[in-house]
Amino acid sequence: MTVPTLGTRWPPIAKTARDWPVSPNLLDYRRTCAEFSWAEAQRQLDGLPDGRGLNIAHEAVDRHATGVGRHRVALRWLSKDGARRDFTYGDLREETSRFANVLKSLGVGKGDPVVVMAGRIPELYIAALGTLKNGSVFTPLFSAFGPEPIQSRIDIARAKVLVTTDALYRKKVEPIRALLPSLEQVLLIGDVTSIQSFARVRHLRTLMAAVDARFVIPATDPEDAALLHFTSGTTGKPKGALHVHHAVVAHHATARFALDLHPDDVFWCTADPGWVTGTSYGIIAPLTLGLTSIVDEADFDAERWYAILAREKVTVFYTAPTAIRMLMRGGAAATRPQAFPSLRFLASVGEPLNPEAVVWGVGAFGRPFHDNWWQTETGGIMIANFAAMDVRPGSMGRPLPGIEAAIVRRTGEGAIEVVDAPDTEGELALRPGWPSMFRGYLSDEARYRQCFVGGYYLTGDLARRDGDGYYWFVGRADDVIKSSGHLISPFEVESVLLEHPSVAEAGVIGKPDPVAFEIVKAFVALKPGFDADETLNRELLGFARVRLGAAVAPKEIEFRPSIPKNRAGKIMRRLLKAQELGLPQGDTSTLEAS
Amino acid sequence: MTPDDFTRVIGEALTAVAPEIDPKSIEPGVSFRDQFDLDSMDFLNFVIALHKKLGIDIPEADYPRLYTLDNAVAYLASKAGAPRTADT
Repeated sequence: MTVPTLGTRWPPIAKTARDWPVSPNLLDYRRTCAEFSWAEAQRQLDGLPDGRGLNIAHEAVDRHATGVGRHRVALRWLSKDGARRDFTYGDLREETSRFANVLKSLGVGKGDPVVVMAGRIPELYIAALGTLKNGSVFTPLFSAFGPEPIQSRIDIARAKVLVTTDALYRKKVEPIRALLPSLEQVLLIGDVTSIQSFARVRHLRTLMAAVDARFVIPATDPEDAALLHFTSGTTGKPKGALHVHHAVVAHHATARFALDLHPDDVFWCTADPGWVTGTSYGIIAPLTLGLTSIVDEADFDAERWYAILAREKVTVFYTAPTAIRMLMRGGAAATRPQAFPSLRFLASVGEPLNPEAVVWGVGAFGRPFHDNWWQTETGGIMIANFAAMDVRPGSMGRPLPGIEAAIVRRTGEGAIEVVDAPDTEGELALRPGWPSMFRGYLSDEARYRQCFVGGYYLTGDLARRDGDGYYWFVGRADDVIKSSGHLISPFEVESVLLEHPSVAEAGVIGKPDPVAFEIVKAFVALKPGFDADETLNRELLGFARVRLGAAVAPKEIEFRPSIPKNRAGKIMRRLLKAQELGLPQGDTSTLEAS
Repeated sequence: MTPDDFTRVIGEALTAVAPEIDPKSIEPGVSFRDQFDLDSMDFLNFVIALHKKLGIDIPEADYPRLYTLDNAVAYLASKAGAPRTADT
């Protein structure tokens, strides 16, 4: 491996076969791309017995839980307080079967969304896979959401079932239960005595103890709904992106190519299953390989993370730019007390990984970080830097086998043209047809159709492709904010601020941030009679945090006499952003390059 | 500075990041992130606020010593020199 020296341009990090302790799954990019087919990729999976179809939970759990394989550790759970609990594939098969039997006994069936909101505790993983076994739709909600995002998402899903913890229920759901008319069943995780004060809830463990530990997965069509992930747009309500069981073909294939996962790996994906990465690669993909997956309940903590990487002999590490930049704050010296002889491959996703962070991996871990790109709608990794290929620091890499990407330009209503010239900025687009592509936005067919133009799925991300086929992120085509690996809708934040009696107008942008990529910043114009002072600023910050949760709420609020709007009354977020960045206000076309 | 002074400064740093928190409600032995809704950026901003208010350098490796009120008071007192008693 050749480590580049510092400079204005970051040279590629070249690799040779000596850098590979294990032969990479993807050795010959051109040839693999040419020979690849999704039908062939599906043949690496088993399918349900007797030709009864394809079910994610069978590929992830049951097929590995026979013979000696059932003693292999599937999940190694590390609790906040230092406990460690292993779940073998056999354990996981029984636990997920019990959960599926509980759903069945409650009359929850095929296609019914099961909303699961919990921290990274074993029950979350069991509920996810048990839901899939039952043919129901696993619908994760990030546990740091406040009551407003919870209510809007449960409402859109028209969910009948919620699985959560006693603490989260008390804090965030019980106060708004009357506003959730679709909810018929609430299954609580926690001490049986702690839930007795609640009405209309059931105790999950009690239910699970009363049912059979065996469950026969019903016939599952690959196109049956499986996963519902919420994501954010610039305007309107959150979008519920629906995925099907066929997605597991892409989870498995992309994990092999882009994360180079092998069956003997110890894999750690740090993402929370409340977001798509934590489900696709934190739950499903590693288990389809039959390997051991690390789950850490605790929040980010540099020392703890280094200790886990070393002690658990993690071989493949998949994390996010914000976390990497937080590790970098402690310096590469912080890694020296630890040794990472097992660590073979480092990958990152969430927002573009800056070249400094890619290269920092070499000094800290002896390996560069491999950035990759995908989004909620794609269900799996689409573009990546690969184990056996040079890393271009700052680039998202090249399309995976089976993925056809392009740079396009919108040329009018319902029309695009493909931009073939290298190094030309345009919108990143993908040819539909890969198995984990979303099949719709729940109850919003019009918005789904708008994503497809001229035979391409338009991603909303602006990018360019260099002469060698590597893609480079440029910015968002819309006003959606990328913060700490999550997409945040400015509209959702503005709507909550407008609920405060003092607020006349609100405009919300992503302010560039060296750690989080962007932070949520709100500009607020007050109604007459309110003073734009520090006391009110803090009150608004707290108001938004309580309703939206820390992950979505603004980190900064600035008062303005008025918020710029166009003639149609639309908030000009681009102008606010230009003003924030000190760019010329008449020309906002350069914003994306900032 | 007395332990009470540190407790007050910690409360100020915490509410600068998360104004919805009532400093009087802090349980001294429970981690801030288990009691309150704080993300990683909030915790980082909390540490930066402590640094600005007290002028104490807080290396990354010491962040876990700021997870609870009790630990944070003890840590900041040790960094600021021997604490004086409150009766002066």
